[in-house]
Amino acid sequence: MPLQLQPNLAEPGQRYFRDFTPGDDFYEALIETHRDLSDGQSQLLNAKLILVLANQVGDIGALKQALAIARQGV
Amino acid sequence: MVTYAYPTFPYRAPHDLMVEAPQRLPLVIIGAGPVGLAAAIDARLQGLEVVVFDEDDSVSSGSRAVCYAKRSLEILDRLGVGDGVVAKGVSWNVGRTFLREEEVYRFNLVPDAGHKRPGMINLQQYHLEEALVRRAEALGADLRWKYKVASVTPLEDGARVSLETPDGVFDIEADWLIVADGARSNVRRQLGLDIEGHVFKDRFLIADVVMKTDFPAERWFWFDPPFHPNQSVLLHKQSDNVWRIDFQLGWDADPEEEKKPENILPRVKAMLGDDREFELEWASVYTFQCRRMKQFRHGHLLFAGDAAHQVSPFGARGANSGFQDADDLVWKLALVIKGLAPAALLDTYDVDRVFAADENIRNSTRSTDFITPKSAVSKLFRNAALELARSQPFARKLVNSGRLSVPSFLVNSALNTPDADAFAGDMVPGAPLDDAPVRSNGQEAWLLDQLGHRFVLLAFVDRADAPDGAQAALHAQSAALAAQAIPVRVVWVTANGGAAPAGMATLHDRDGLMALRLDARPGSAYLIRPDQHVAARWRVLDIARLQAALRRATGHELPTVAALRPAIEALIESAPA
Repeated sequence: MPLQLQPNLAEPGQRYFRDFTPGDDFYEALIETHRDLSDGQSQLLNAKLILVLANQVGDIGALKQALAIARQGV
Repeated sequence: MVTYAYPTFPYRAPHDLMVEAPQRLPLVIIGAGPVGLAAAIDARLQGLEVVVFDEDDSVSSGSRAVCYAKRSLEILDRLGVGDGVVAKGVSWNVGRTFLREEEVYRFNLVPDAGHKRPGMINLQQYHLEEALVRRAEALGADLRWKYKVASVTPLEDGARVSLETPDGVFDIEADWLIVADGARSNVRRQLGLDIEGHVFKDRFLIADVVMKTDFPAERWFWFDPPFHPNQSVLLHKQSDNVWRIDFQLGWDADPEEEKKPENILPRVKAMLGDDREFELEWASVYTFQCRRMKQFRHGHLLFAGDAAHQVSPFGARGANSGFQDADDLVWKLALVIKGLAPAALLDTYDVDRVFAADENIRNSTRSTDFITPKSAVSKLFRNAALELARSQPFARKLVNSGRLSVPSFLVNSALNTPDADAFAGDMVPGAPLDDAPVRSNGQEAWLLDQLGHRFVLLAFVDRADAPDGAQAALHAQSAALAAQAIPVRVVWVTANGGAAPAGMATLHDRDGLMALRLDARPGSAYLIRPDQHVAARWRVLDIARLQAALRRATGHELPTVAALRPAIEALIESAPA
């Protein structure tokens, strides 16, 4: 399965009238999860999050594509 | 100031308001800013007597609000000032977002054609206020300049207002009071009413400069530009060759120092990157907060605009949401004042505009958190999203340089009649009606301009010259509907033309965009509120259902305390002792 690179965030059953809303909903939750953490704690949280999401994606081909995109320009 | 001469509005002595003590007025508005003036104009259009008190005698000092969104322009069209304001302003639709020197994201506020108004215009607030003052005066609103409100005392059936004028102090009483005296609302503070939220720890410099350039009329936003590293910058074009530049300064900046021209000029020069001539017209250093009052209705006092709620400026959701407050409030207030609706209708102003304020606060808070991240990890994610946005479409959606003002879909409003029939698209009950090009009496026109200030039933017919049985029945009822206590104007909409029977208002949906946007076909009907929100819709119209929807939309079916009592008592019983 190719990696999904088009906007793809949504909450099932939720009606959106503005296309930026689901992305903003997620982004706010992401930043909120880091609230009051030290930089080291945030790094650990991010690492755990990547591992959880990788398991959700499952497809190692797609994950390798994601790893390459993330590495670009770093 | 080099591009604008401030008017001075004439002071009139208060003798006529002091004939009785205290004199009773049906409707008083405190504050002649954009929101108070819009409410005053709307009140006159609804046939209400209105007096406006303002402590000053001119328009807003400085360009201030600047950005007026499509929905505000539609409201201003209804109020009768849209054309002048749009002609004077700078219309734009495209916003471009840069990371350092590279464009990473571009948006178009109105990507589809077939709307009268652009996504946004930029116009100095004083120009807008002057247009509103002229219109309010022409309609017979009683504008009182140099009338300072010393105090307000809520009454069971109104409010007492103590006023200070150059000719002394006096009291009046009002049946209803609209409080639109701005973010620092004296009335709100004097009454000790709560307003809760939070202050953002950042400072911004606004510089209005006059210059001739060929920059396009677009919104340009930079993250971390080379001419102002590690901060953000926003550029907007206003009328009269005035450009608004907004520099993020950081919390530690000294506002008094930053306001000095000798400190502003190098920033502007660095940004322009050359030696072009410009003149500094106005500058201000500001902080901001996102907060709202718990309730916008306090008995016979109705708070609107910045007095009731405040947002960060990213998204232009301040003045724009204030216009929507006035738009929601005045038709309801007119029905209540005329005895045609219960005062509880005004509670829906409170609930629905609180809902909208929360949406505005949420969106502008999110923009602010993206633009000015408050932790290292927040900044890391922000920069990662910007980097990815160069090449990845999904990341462009996450880039938030301001979610610009759009009207709320009041989907939870108690005034909506829930759908019984299936419709596609966004024009659900509570939605602000989409505009569309139409032909009216053979003339090119716009849908929203055809609606006026009352309830309208848009009834879709196949051919206006060949109505079916239900449509003929509706035609037979239309005179009675227009003449009832709360009138409904029936308008046929046809995609296929044909001459309507005499006296039957008809719109020709010449491009089929109304039918498309409303997912309508012959037989479909939409009941539109005076503020152009959808109240109800059906696949097959029935006069009894129309009248029931009208009763609901005018607050006659709101749950009373008596109806709610069993639920309240159940709650009390289930509460722990």
